[in-house]
Amino acid sequence: MANTKTVVPFTGTAEQEQRLQKVIEEHKGQKGALMPVLQGAQEIYGYLPIEVQKMISLGLDIPLEEIYGVATFYSQFTLNPKGQYKISVCLGTACYVKGSGDIFQRLQEKLGIQSGMCTPDGKFSLDACRCVGACGLAPVLMVNDEVYGRLTVDDVDTILAKYQ
Amino acid sequence: MYRSHVLCCGGTGCTSSGSAKIIEEFEKEIAATGLTEEVKVVKTGCFGLCALGPVVIVYPEGSFYSRVKPEDVKEIVDEHLLKGRIVKRLLYTETVVEDKIKSLDETDFYKKQKRVALRNCGVIDPEDINEYIAYDGYMALGKVLTEMTPEDVIETLKVSGLRGRGGAGFPTWLKWNFAKAQPPGQKYVCCNADEGDPGAFMDRSVLEGDPHSVLEAMAIAGYTIGASQGYIYVRAEYPIAVKRLEIALNQAREMGFLGKNIFETGFDFDIDIRLGAGAFVCGEETALMTSIEGHRGEPRPRPPFPAVKGLFGKPSILNNVETWANIPQIILNGPEWFASMGTEKSKGTKVFALGGKIHNTGLVEVPMGTTLREIVEEIGGGCPNGKKFKAAQTGGPSGGCIPASLIDTEIDYDNLIAIGSMMGSGGLIVMDEDNCMVDIAKFFLEFTVDESCGKCTPCRIGTKRLYEMLDRITRGEGKMEDLDKMEELCYYIKENALCGLGQTAPNPVLSTLKYFRDEYEAHVKEKRCPAGVCKHLLQYQIVADKCKGCTLCARNCPVGAIAGTVKNPHVIDQSKCIKCGACIEKCKFGAIVRK
Repeated sequence: MANTKTVVPFTGTAEQEQRLQKVIEEHKGQKGALMPVLQGAQEIYGYLPIEVQKMISLGLDIPLEEIYGVATFYSQFTLNPKGQYKISVCLGTACYVKGSGDIFQRLQEKLGIQSGMCTPDGKFSLDACRCVGACGLAPVLMVNDEVYGRLTVDDVDTILAKYQ
Repeated sequence: MYRSHVLCCGGTGCTSSGSAKIIEEFEKEIAATGLTEEVKVVKTGCFGLCALGPVVIVYPEGSFYSRVKPEDVKEIVDEHLLKGRIVKRLLYTETVVEDKIKSLDETDFYKKQKRVALRNCGVIDPEDINEYIAYDGYMALGKVLTEMTPEDVIETLKVSGLRGRGGAGFPTWLKWNFAKAQPPGQKYVCCNADEGDPGAFMDRSVLEGDPHSVLEAMAIAGYTIGASQGYIYVRAEYPIAVKRLEIALNQAREMGFLGKNIFETGFDFDIDIRLGAGAFVCGEETALMTSIEGHRGEPRPRPPFPAVKGLFGKPSILNNVETWANIPQIILNGPEWFASMGTEKSKGTKVFALGGKIHNTGLVEVPMGTTLREIVEEIGGGCPNGKKFKAAQTGGPSGGCIPASLIDTEIDYDNLIAIGSMMGSGGLIVMDEDNCMVDIAKFFLEFTVDESCGKCTPCRIGTKRLYEMLDRITRGEGKMEDLDKMEELCYYIKENALCGLGQTAPNPVLSTLKYFRDEYEAHVKEKRCPAGVCKHLLQYQIVADKCKGCTLCARNCPVGAIAGTVKNPHVIDQSKCIKCGACIEKCKFGAIVRK
């Protein structure tokens, strides 16, 4: 599993911590509270560094080991921050048979990063995802919430240029 | 009363192609022409024909406008809504025959479909409970609570022959009966909306287009087995579905269809949403329940089955979205009606997400027993660009590839198992002659290796070894004995893995080995990829007769693998070539070929 260690220094603010404590308070004592709290925390911080996991561990009274286990099990949770523009290329079956593998390859070359990484300037991060459910438009990629469909390898440059 | 309704698809497919903007434009233009009192714009769920999105239907005429652009909206409003002249230019071409306009039901895409689970998708506004009620919504729940005993419900489901739509096809009544037979106390009803099979999106469409049907069915189950709490476990990757579910839950509570003392019968039932976080294994029932409990979504050995000891250790039932969506209709129309559709052992209809190399990508719902040929050729319109159909893949990473020679197979649970695939949740991906079957098997194994939870050895290590062997074959480093070794390992994993994910993971390999062994052999013996997909086996060559010696390819080759002088045919040095394909893209004379 990639990126199971936080590599970026933690820069959380007091305001973020307050919001996190509120989320913890809301779910404390509920059955199965950990997942909703982790999801809330990732929304606040954008990722789940070890510092945040420790706060959740104290707040919910769940061992850190268990929290780390859950945070690294699910692909939606990330221990490292994402770029300003999150690019996810769908490698679901429908997109794959229509050539999304080549598009992903081109993006890796263009950005000079591998899947799950972020460019050094923090601008772009690249991930492969499994089906955004827009199979009718295959192959697709997403930049943040914007969906680009019916792509060819040549469209990669134009799309990247929009965000440069 | 409105004289016209403009139905705009607000499903994920059409939203991705910009339908939100279209809806905005319609509202703006309709207001500008002063038609607000006469025409209503409705944001619906999925119509099914995602390939043509964004899709707009105008009633009462039933005009089906496809690939609508924001700038087209004014024309539709001015011409159609104001002057009553249908804008033929924008109609779905299939509905226009010479000068006449056909109804949508007569088009090839819809003709053979029978919509049961999807009946309300693309018809009602999913964010308005009143529209659901107008289409007999919550009538089934009322009937169950006031006229039927739990035993009656079980009997109805039994006669209907409904089997789980999530994959394995377990009889729904039997599952419910097990849970019902447990001593009274806390029990749970769960909905599996963790549609992780890449390329499948029918559950999402039901949740987006008709969320109340799922809530209603879950309440019926609660009454039947004696549960007061339900959970819907839905993928966080489906934001629109989650939002509509939340709206639906609140509206149902407000109207008293959920909560305390429903229909004043003393029956209490409520539902909570739990978001998944991107783990394919959580579609397995015990893993899903472990995940709701807040742990790593690892499956548990069965028995005990969830009906005895499930969520939080209590008796629980889990059904998938499409199964739920069928239930209110079975209650209302009677089990005989449902059982009249389908084959002997598979009753009713099945929704398929048609994708890949096919014209009409989208959602189709057909009676069980429809042949693959009808789905691919008639409804789907065949492969684009005149390419030859090679295989259809059903069941996602758990299923197999069905070759062209079996295209006349009638699709139901048992037939698919018999030919080495499975129904799965309903993904149906079409592949043409340009797809390499070894590469496809490798693609699915890469997926399972990635998604294996790691709890049991056959799956964690076995799938990894399978992947490595496939990888070697696609690199031209495979040996003939690898094929037999793979087969042996496949059966070993199938027999020994803990859960459904592991037990079915070898299916893509086994089915391709069975039906496309020649492709494997070409990779191993001849070091050749017949479909021209596997990079390591490709060779780029320059056809001397066609090469004009323009030097463009040599100048663009990133590794200097092309040699030659001006106006003389060039040559590629195979030992240097990295197979990037830059030369073939640049060549203006078609002189470079990929073999």
